[in-house]
Amino acid sequence: MEILSVVGAGLIVAVMAVIIKQQRPEMALQLSLAFGALVFLLMLGKISGVLEVLKELSQRASVNQFYLATVLKIVGVAYIAEFGAQVCRDAGEGAIAAKIEFAAKVIIIVLAVPIVVAIIESLLKLLA
Amino acid sequence: MDMGLIFKIGIAGILVSILFTVLKQAGRDEYAYVTVLAGLVVILVLVVRLLSDLFTMVKAVFQLY
Repeated sequence: MEILSVVGAGLIVAVMAVIIKQQRPEMALQLSLAFGALVFLLMLGKISGVLEVLKELSQRASVNQFYLATVLKIVGVAYIAEFGAQVCRDAGEGAIAAKIEFAAKVIIIVLAVPIVVAIIESLLKLLA
Repeated sequence: MDMGLIFKIGIAGILVSILFTVLKQAGRDEYAYVTVLAGLVVILVLVVRLLSDLFTMVKAVFQLY
């Protein structure tokens, strides 16, 4: 069970971070950053498995691969931005976290534009 | 899950804070600050390497390029 190791490691990291934070808050931040990256890496293997199944299903349903790739990209951008924003907010830098989230929103809109255009085009085709 | 890096960072943090306190008590403030800076940089290199691993993996999984 991976959840047991994640929870156990999280508790250990929390205790260590509380000890270190009194003297050196910057080291505590790096500790939590490293832990976050490790958990993310651990979960990424499982996510990739789910994505493989999703890709196969979309191929079977003959969905355009471009749309699935766009959706995957958006999910990836959202995950990474959330990770960075959480770390910044943890460090007490709420403004930087807000900027990261803003950039992520803009990038997601840019990625989503082709899909929106395709939807509108098919709508126009239906109407015509 | 590779807990070695986590323990490395934790031990480095405790060691640096002890060294900082000792050097400060000995009246060597400048050495104390250099020690803190060096510890921070060493750990930062390790963390940045881990983050680069993470970002390349995310790029591969979500087809971001």
